[in-house]
Amino acid sequence: MKKLNYLVRLSLAAIVISGFALVSPVNSEDLKVGFVYVGPVSDHGWNYEHDQGRKALEKALGSKVKTSYVESVPEGADAARVITKMASSGHGLIYTTSFGYMNPTLKVAKKFPKVKFEHATGYKRSKNLNTYSGRFYEGRHVAGLIAGKMTKSNVLGYVASFPIPEVLRGINATFLAARSVNPKVRIKIIWVFTWFDPGKEADATKTLIDQGADIILQHTDSPAPMQVAEKRGKWAIGQASDMSAYGPKAQLTAIINNWAPYYIQRTKEVLNGTWKGNQDIWGGFKYGTVKLAPYNKAIPADVVAMAEKARKGIMDGSVHAFQGPIKDQSGKIVIKAGERANDGMLAKMNFYVEGIEGKIPK
Amino acid sequence: MMPDWLTPAILTIVTASTPLVFAAVGEIVVEKSGVLNLGIEGMMIIGAIAAFAIGVNTGSATMAIIGGAVGGMLMALIFGVLTLNLLANQVATGLALTLFGLGLSALIGHAYVGKTFPGLPKLDIPVLSDTPLVGPLIFGQDFLVYFSVASVIFVGWFLNKTRWGLLVRAVGENHDAAYAIGYSVKLVRMMAVLFGGALAGLGGAYLSLAYTPFWVENMTAGRGWIALALVVFASWKPLRAFIGAYLFGGITIIQLHGQGIGVDIPAPIMSMFPYLATVIVLVLISKDASRSLLNAPACLGRSFHPSS
Repeated sequence: MKKLNYLVRLSLAAIVISGFALVSPVNSEDLKVGFVYVGPVSDHGWNYEHDQGRKALEKALGSKVKTSYVESVPEGADAARVITKMASSGHGLIYTTSFGYMNPTLKVAKKFPKVKFEHATGYKRSKNLNTYSGRFYEGRHVAGLIAGKMTKSNVLGYVASFPIPEVLRGINATFLAARSVNPKVRIKIIWVFTWFDPGKEADATKTLIDQGADIILQHTDSPAPMQVAEKRGKWAIGQASDMSAYGPKAQLTAIINNWAPYYIQRTKEVLNGTWKGNQDIWGGFKYGTVKLAPYNKAIPADVVAMAEKARKGIMDGSVHAFQGPIKDQSGKIVIKAGERANDGMLAKMNFYVEGIEGKIPK
Repeated sequence: MMPDWLTPAILTIVTASTPLVFAAVGEIVVEKSGVLNLGIEGMMIIGAIAAFAIGVNTGSATMAIIGGAVGGMLMALIFGVLTLNLLANQVATGLALTLFGLGLSALIGHAYVGKTFPGLPKLDIPVLSDTPLVGPLIFGQDFLVYFSVASVIFVGWFLNKTRWGLLVRAVGENHDAAYAIGYSVKLVRMMAVLFGGALAGLGGAYLSLAYTPFWVENMTAGRGWIALALVVFASWKPLRAFIGAYLFGGITIIQLHGQGIGVDIPAPIMSMFPYLATVIVLVLISKDASRSLLNAPACLGRSFHPSS
């Protein structure tokens, strides 16, 4: 009986192993590209857009690449396990797409020197590890211009997640742009201390609208703020993806994360042998990483023209979201007249610009 | 003079509290029968996707609500069979139910990302619904809000004033004695578990139909766990659970309003308030150990088999 049991188990194991072999044929010609996502690909936000990038990569390079992904991987020990598994199963290039994967990616990259790694939004690099990010604040600049022109109550509402440089950069870029076209504009910021909780994001949006905001901007991942704005007859700017399905009337435009150009470029480099480590690329409008959803038809033509002018200006370098002189809340000049914020400053931004009320939560 | 943000703020509190009321009141009945079901989150999320999927496909709010309740009940049935018939460990099974529910709902939900539901119809009585504050608050809610209040009253009455309620409590207090005088412990507990599942499912349905009428993965965002804490907070009394849910919802919303007005209290501390309040109330009610213990069902979490 025991022996039979053993045989059964052995044959089961054999079936399982052969099954694995069937689904992943090892072909040394193909480049296997792996993606690690922090949330579900169906989140209609951050992870969804990374997966759109993966699909675009498959489409662009066809049979030369094979891609695979693991979704909802928690940041921390689990991430190291998943990345190791990918590296040891024949992947030649691995994209890890959340800030919290930084240290696990670095650790695994050291163990697998022949595999190439790409980590989104981090700052640790090595011989076989690059980092990449998006200049989403460029999109916020245009959103801020539109919001400043479109608001009737002169109050913008901002649903914010965590007080980290990325989010503060977005708030400052929005406010500076809005003030530049409307000196009366104010911004109300509510911190929800989560990236994703549709209920709480909706509550924060209702609160902002109840307190007079008529344009909602968000730096959280769910479409709840857009939906509340639609229901209450207010405007909103979509985040990460085109959210017009949730706010067909409300969405003025959306700042779309478009990772496809980066993924295609880097993967091509691996294929033709020109890929180098220790690189860092922040793509903006010019590179294609940041895109805008179609403008709402309700926006007057002169406002659309102004927005387009700013977008093109950012692309040709004549416009910058952080063009000095810029003061912080205490009135101290942080960016001198004629200067622009450099990447080092942008990466560490930890202040509100002059004119924003309230304090950054500690 | 009433500030004009007050009415909308209170209305927001109602929306934030209703899912918690459903889930907590359901769990009270489950725990009163001596079963600890930690799978509320899993039942809620299945309720949310079931309600949303049925709502989108049929266009009927009633069907969607029923679908949510049935979805939660089916999850509860799995839990009931595993723990009551097969005597699996309740804590482990409940945790597994949550993980299973989150995964399954994600799988079903793939096809529903990006779709929206018009929301639930609201009660609208001319004149009455237009009265300031009282009007929208008492006469202008959607159907499920009234249903959540009714469920509190019903469960309070059922547990304390009816023979069947007495039976549920008897099974929860001493399953051996209840069995000895001829009641089927398994059947009573199964009914309680299914009822709890239906209410958790309604809580989930409220999220995906009224609170934020769309589907996204993991949209319950931990509310099942808050409901579980509320049961202890309420010392197994439905009315206290109702108050607790509104307290919790209220503090969450007030801290958002506080931020908007510019109250200079660090936001993380304000986000902490609801949890802090729970801890304080827990300390207060446990001060008199004999009284608070009276409310906890004596057989909570213990499996029953006639042979043991």
